[in-house]
Amino acid sequence: MSLDVPVLPDRPLDRAAAVAEPPPRPARRGRHGLPFSGWHLLLVPVAVLFLVPFVEMFLTSLTPEGEINAFPRPFFPHALTLDGYQRLFEQSDILHWLLNSAIVSVVGVGSHLVLCSLAGYGFARLRFPGRDLGFLAVLATIMIPTQLLMIPTYVLFARVGLIDSLGAAIVPWLASAFGIFLMRQFFLSLPAELEEAGLIDGCTRVQVFFRIVLPLARPALATLAIFTLLGSWNDLVWPLIAINDDQAFTLQLGLTNFQGTRRTDWALLMAGNVVATLPLIAFFLVAQKQFIATMTFSGLKG
Amino acid sequence: MTSTLTSPPAAGRGGPESPPPPSARSRRRRTGTALEGWGFVAPALVIVLGLSIFPAIWAFVLSLQEWNGFSTPTFVGGDNYAELVGDGALGGAVLHTVLYTVLFVPSAVLLGLFLAVALNRRIRFVGLYRTAIFVPFVASAAATGILTTYLFNPQFGLMNNLLRVLGLPQQGWLEDPQQAMVVITVMSLWGQAAFTTVIYLAALQDVPGDVVEAARIDGADAWQIFWRVVWPQLVPVTTFVAIYLTLQAVQLFDLVYTTTRGGPLNATETIVYYLWQTAFRELDFGYGSAVAYGLFFVTLVATVVITVQQRRAAAKEESR
Repeated sequence: MSLDVPVLPDRPLDRAAAVAEPPPRPARRGRHGLPFSGWHLLLVPVAVLFLVPFVEMFLTSLTPEGEINAFPRPFFPHALTLDGYQRLFEQSDILHWLLNSAIVSVVGVGSHLVLCSLAGYGFARLRFPGRDLGFLAVLATIMIPTQLLMIPTYVLFARVGLIDSLGAAIVPWLASAFGIFLMRQFFLSLPAELEEAGLIDGCTRVQVFFRIVLPLARPALATLAIFTLLGSWNDLVWPLIAINDDQAFTLQLGLTNFQGTRRTDWALLMAGNVVATLPLIAFFLVAQKQFIATMTFSGLKG
Repeated sequence: MTSTLTSPPAAGRGGPESPPPPSARSRRRRTGTALEGWGFVAPALVIVLGLSIFPAIWAFVLSLQEWNGFSTPTFVGGDNYAELVGDGALGGAVLHTVLYTVLFVPSAVLLGLFLAVALNRRIRFVGLYRTAIFVPFVASAAATGILTTYLFNPQFGLMNNLLRVLGLPQQGWLEDPQQAMVVITVMSLWGQAAFTTVIYLAALQDVPGDVVEAARIDGADAWQIFWRVVWPQLVPVTTFVAIYLTLQAVQLFDLVYTTTRGGPLNATETIVYYLWQTAFRELDFGYGSAVAYGLFFVTLVATVVITVQQRRAAAKEESR
């Protein structure tokens, strides 16, 4: 849930590009007698500090079982093994959970891209009775915190038979106020001339939307996709409430449950952690600029 | 709503055919049909409103009831809200939440500011530093929870291992009621530093370069330039970030669930954790809803008051 309306940058995507590449500054080397900027002395330890948990995660997932609980514990394992991963795949339904999470995220992202861009376009470009009221209602929902909705949504889903099914995890990710808002802002920033030309040439509004507008909206769609992917893949609270059947567990829920039952098998737990985190880390490394754009536009977590 | 862009005409889809307009300019003023507009917005709107405004109203109705999900609900009026006041466990949860907020928000703001200033320069490897600091942003609460319990494990965690090597006394970390919330704060910072840093990086790029240059020519040192020239420009963003982080902090649940489950000795039981327990462990839907509304009301009022004050202060500043 975000309350980011007041200081939204007008063009978050341009902004993100600027953030990714800071402006040139006059290099003033050697001021402290160093052959490099003094900031390195600060940034190296900070960067290492931020990476330590991930390094520990990978190392531990590859450490032989006996070594982790040894005392004193060595900082680096003496041998690397895939035993932790083997136990993970043997003792848990991790592949099933992975598939469930993939379904939730793929359906969520796909639905978000279609529904939110349609609605965003409608609110940005079309005129129809009730439009402003409808958009105001969307904005108002941004103010409503998640925990206010947990109980009634649970009761609602129980009444329609969604509880304990994967559907319970999927439905809340079909569309969001944030998505509608983001797409509307983007479409408002596009010049209308191209669309008008299309309409004059005899395209229907729907054709104009799919053939002219959507291809131009790629940067905004990337932001929206990342927002939805991060949120749906990492969501824990809602699956925790809505799903008790381990056949419908998402990866995050399965992992958290596993943490309670396999308290001491750290190699296995960390292997599960790697499986849950590595896809997003890899994706972040290849699409860092788009992730930054998403962060600039909103705060996601929580 | 504030759109100045007018809608181009809908090319012959639905609605009565009107005579061809004389010019493109007046064509543009023609309004699309209601059916078409609602066709575009309705699918998403139904989902978003159906899963927010409708349940929000329902939650208020529930908060006036005594209900466990199975029995017939009984109307109790404001009893649930009256109960909030004398609820000792809730009082504890409020204190723990306030403690976390006080620990987390200022440190997140300072860390983000510091990292943004450090990263906002053209030096070698700055891309690598940025990547290292931003990557934890993708870690889920579940993953962060497992990492936290591991790194801060008193027996074989990295933290105590380091302390041992340095010859310092071992700590209880998550098992120590005095330290557990601090550990949770540290790991929250690890995961969320990227967000505040990105916001500050964006704000730093808005600081006009010629003003900074003028200050430099006038003989200001880097420290003076930052606090006298740059910082005043960052105040509005700081207010936004602080409000945003506070709203997040008072809703802390995930990381508590995946690390301490409210312990030790309830030291990390937050408001939302208490709410979750009340509703989904004790099945007290009515009281749970009242807790949720109480929290919502307090945060909403606080946000409005702070925002209004900020606007006033900004207006005063401008009129000077």
